[in-house]
Amino acid sequence: MKNLVTLLSGLMFGLGLLLSGMANPAKVQNFLDLFGTWDPSLAFVMGGAIAVTMPGFWLVTRRTKPFFNDVFHLPTRTDFDARLITGAAIFGVGWGLGGFCPGPAMTALPLAAEGTLIFVATMLTGMAASKYVLQRRDNHV
Amino acid sequence: METEFTPLLSLLGGGLIGASAVLLMATLGRIAGISGILSRMLPPTGKDQSLPQGLIFLIGLLLAAPIWIAINGQAPLQSVSKNLPLLALAGALVGFGSVWGNGCTSGHGVCGISRLSGRSIVATLTFMSTGFIAVLLLRHFFGG
Repeated sequence: MKNLVTLLSGLMFGLGLLLSGMANPAKVQNFLDLFGTWDPSLAFVMGGAIAVTMPGFWLVTRRTKPFFNDVFHLPTRTDFDARLITGAAIFGVGWGLGGFCPGPAMTALPLAAEGTLIFVATMLTGMAASKYVLQRRDNHV
Repeated sequence: METEFTPLLSLLGGGLIGASAVLLMATLGRIAGISGILSRMLPPTGKDQSLPQGLIFLIGLLLAAPIWIAINGQAPLQSVSKNLPLLALAGALVGFGSVWGNGCTSGHGVCGISRLSGRSIVATLTFMSTGFIAVLLLRHFFGG
């Protein structure tokens, strides 16, 4: 049951990205292209998602625990460190240049466009590299 | 390249993404952050061990396009750049940056903002800004 719900959750996420047009990098880049072929659709995707998650999260986290787990794993940090800003800034540059972020890239992967295959390969490498650097850094403090 | 403004479909698709995130929170108590789900499966593994549920979620995500094609009889509209070195660079930056900054569009942009997390709001404003600058330079100064 737990596995089935998780699978369904991943499937809904992917279908949502396809339906909203966000698995198309041109649409994402057009959202960021305010002075060119601007397409405000992405704002509607975020709006639609947040309109569901904001009341939804509030409602489900009123329970003492999730249905298939012992605790809610919610981020608790509230500080603004340089790492957060630097990471988000680097992420944004890549997002703008490619029009892909991790969810849409994985959703578009089976469509097997050459650019998507390359993007996913370097994205996974970049993630592993980032983890490696962070782990080394933390071990040397 | 121009794309059609799709307010209704985008709103509906967004709602589906939101419903998926709420489902994941209700059942596993986890944030639907795709960069986190992916990176936890990658080496080097440390304290945060890889989650089998992450892999199952990913399989669901990968099944979406084939199921879409089965239902609609055609592939979803998509236009991916043919500039492969550019996409290689973009992928590396997205991968490195999302782990370094603890999240991407889903974790910070949707889930974090919904929880009114200050960190996520700052992260989202930051990547929107640098994304805007990247597209501005790419399209209007380098004619990409």
